[in-house]
Formats: sequence, structure tokens, C-alpha cells
Amino acid sequence: MLFELEDVTYSRGGKVVLRDVRARLPVGASSLLGPSGSGKSTLLRLLNRLADPDSGRVLYEGRDVQEYDPLALRREVSLVPQLPALIEGSVHDNVAYGPRLAGRSFNARSCLELAGLDPAYEDRDASKLSVGEQQRVMLARALALEPRVLLLDEPTSALDQTARDAVEGTLRRLRARTAISLVVVTHDIAQAMRLAEYVVRIESGKVIAQGPAAELLADYVEHETGGASPSAAAPPRLNAAAEDAT
Amino acid sequence: MVPVAASSINVTLGEVAGALALVAIAAIASRVWHAGLEEDIGIAVVRSFLQLTAIGYVITVIFDENSAVLVIALIAVMVVFGAFTARSRAQLVPGAFWPLLVSLGVAAAATLGLVLGLGIFAATPRYVVPVGGMVVGNAMTSAAVALNRLGEDVHDQARRIEATLALGATSTEAVAPLVRRSLRSGMITLVDSTKTTGLIFFPGTMVGMLLAGADPTDAVRLQLILLYVLLGAVSIAALMAITLARRNFFTPAHQLREPPPP
Repeated sequence: MLFELEDVTYSRGGKVVLRDVRARLPVGASSLLGPSGSGKSTLLRLLNRLADPDSGRVLYEGRDVQEYDPLALRREVSLVPQLPALIEGSVHDNVAYGPRLAGRSFNARSCLELAGLDPAYEDRDASKLSVGEQQRVMLARALALEPRVLLLDEPTSALDQTARDAVEGTLRRLRARTAISLVVVTHDIAQAMRLAEYVVRIESGKVIAQGPAAELLADYVEHETGGASPSAAAPPRLNAAAEDAT
Repeated sequence: MVPVAASSINVTLGEVAGALALVAIAAIASRVWHAGLEEDIGIAVVRSFLQLTAIGYVITVIFDENSAVLVIALIAVMVVFGAFTARSRAQLVPGAFWPLLVSLGVAAAATLGLVLGLGIFAATPRYVVPVGGMVVGNAMTSAAVALNRLGEDVHDQARRIEATLALGATSTEAVAPLVRRSLRSGMITLVDSTKTTGLIFFPGTMVGMLLAGADPTDAVRLQLILLYVLLGAVSIAALMAITLARRNFFTPAHQLREPPPP
């Protein structure tokens, strides 16, 4: 099991955000699915110790994350935030940021290509890019650390449908071409269907259901669409990674 | 007109009251333009009168006693009050008091120690008290401005900071660009005024010495010494305050104590 959460409770500003959360996230592509304000982004930040729970334990590959060096853990379990937050400078400066701190070599062009961005963007001013392009630079700079797990917080919420479809395609190709596991936070059931093989549903800081996406969300597909696709633009593909591998 | 004696000025309370005419202009301007500063101007006038009168009596006692213990105690009080005042301007910085207290104390001790050690001033209350007051006052302003900027920047850029922490940056690395800007903010005012000194303004010590009848060459040299001392003091204060305070934004596990809003 990639991650296990054991009775995790987390408060912020005196308000309980997560309460007695028990969840498991297997190797592969998982989704934390829930409405806005349900605590799913907070849960994501607990996975690489950007925050620690008030009580309970978070296990990564069977070991309490508190036993890991937080910096080493974050290089192995990289988080891409919801909104682009690039450092000042070029696209290259951003991709180089993490590897330079870690004293590692990297190939900026291949990271950009893997993130679905033209490698010719390398020398461009990062602040001059569109939001969709900046989000891909965020992905590229996380990939430059060669992580084993990518934590993606609403990776397409700031994008229009075309850019969203492109980023989702990039993530599926990433799954097909690398052994990286994904944990995708989303409020969009259709997106969870398209990207994840395993889903944890969260509401009001509590896990209300979890299991394979095909089982857990089957009722949704039936109920909402009468069996049709939840998105005409990008139909649900439970095994999208395998499809994109070709 | 103020009569100038060979080495001293005698000022009556009536003359001080006369200067209030100019304060009245400031208050009228504030009212006419709805700047809302009339109350603050009034408070500033009353407080400056009471505080300076009180410190005048204290300094008279200290000069008369000629006691090193009293001088050190007075400067320590200035440092403590300076730290409290600066803390109120740096409200977004958690636990700002101790970094400010240490930075002001070190700035005062280092700069006064240097000028006394080099024999620039005699180690008597007449020199140490006013120079100490200038050093602590400027160091306080510099540290307060630097920490205020740091607090605002960390608050405004919490998302960017957390995004770099998520790439394995330490808290020191994540906040480094902000530290540079904050340090610059804390020092730039004095650096700029030092650049233009003598051209577009005469600094206070020089004005005071000239008014008191001192030789202009002596007034200039003393002013230069004080400017250089103050540059050192504000640098030490701003740098130490930022270095000590920046860690208060983070936990030992390199997490923001106040994470960005969801």
C-alpha cells in the first residue's frame, strides 16, 4: 500500500478540517474526491508533511511519514499546488530549482516534454506564460526531482476545457511512460473517473467511501448519465493509461 | 530669536510654545484636506513634550551622577521600549519581540563598543547617552521596517513559499528572496539619506553643533562618525532581526505555521 491514514484528525484555526480519517491509497493513480471545503487538499498536504496531523498516523510504504526527513520525503513525494506559484526567472530556472537544492543533475528539456510543454519554452520568462502553461511548468519542475509519487491538487481547476483536456492527457501519458504514482485531488467526479483507478470520497472532513473507481463511481455514471459518458469532450476511461501507451 | 552663546543655547518655554504655531498649520491642513491626522498630531505634540521633558530630567540626573550603571540601565530601557514599539509595527511576524530585543541590544552594544573602544568618544554619560539614543532609535526603525516587510511578504506569498517547500526547499531557502527584499527595505532609507547628506539636507547632530556654536569642521567630522556608526547599527539590527525572526514562520519540519488559505 502506498499511503495509509490511521484515525487522522487535523484542525486549523480551531476548526476541525479532518476527523478520524481512515483511508488507503494503493500504488497507481488515486483520486481524493469531494466538494470544495471538504478537506481533500488538506489531506493531500499531510502526505508529504507540508502539514502534520493533530492525531493519528500517515504511513508511506508502511512507515510513518514523521520518521522520514521531510525534505527527502518531499523530493520523493512531490506536490503540485492548485494554482501556479513559480519563482521569478525563466522556465529553466524553475525546472532547475528542486534538483539544484538537492545537488542532483536533471534534464530540463525532457522534463518539459514529459509535462507536455514544448522544450523551446526553456528560456522564456515564466511569468509571461499563460496559466495553463505555468501549470505545466509546475508539473515539469516537480518531475525534475524524479519523484515516485506526484500529489496533484485540483490540477485543472484554473484551466479552460481545452487546457484541462491537454493536462489530463499529459497525466495519462505520464502514467503510461513512467512508474510514478498519482494522487489527484478533484471535485469533479468525471475527472476522477478519467484519471484514477482508486477513489477516496471525502465530505465535511470525513471519508464516506473508498474503493476501485470502476465500482465506487459506477452508480454515478448510471444515475447521472443513464450509462452515457459523464463528459462528451473526454469520456471516462478507467484504464486510460494503457490506452495512451500506444 | 534664539540667543546663541559661545557653546550653548538657552531656550525658554515661551519659545517652545511659539514653535507650536507651525504645528497649528499642520493641523489646519489636515482638517481642510480631511487627512484625519488632527488627533494624531495633538497626541504627538503632547507625547513629545512629556517624553522629552521627562528624559531631560533623567539625563540631567545621569550626567550629574556620572554612573556607568545608570547609563547602561537607560540604554537597556531604550532597547526594551524600542523592541516593544517595533513589535507593534511587525504584527504579522510571530514572536517578533525576542528577535527585536536581541537585534537592538546587539546593535547598540556593537556600535557603542566600537566607538568607545576606538576612543572616538569618552566613556562618559554626556557622549554615551545621546549616541546610544540615536543608535537604538535608528536600529529600531530599521528592524521594524524590515520585519514589517518580511511579515507582509510571507503572508502575501504563502502559496509560493509552500510550493518551494514542496520541492524539498528548507524554510531558509524558501524565504531567501523575501529576506533580501526585507533587508533592503530596512536599510534603504538611511543609505539614501546618507548619500544625500550635505546636499539636500543637514543631519541633526551637525545642525545642533552649528547652532551651539561649534567649529564647522568638528561638526562635520562628528556627523560623519555618527552616520557611519548608524549605518552599521541599522545593518546589524535589520539583519539580526530578520535572521532570528524568519524561523518563527516555520515549524522545525519546514512547514508554514500559517499555511496559505485553501
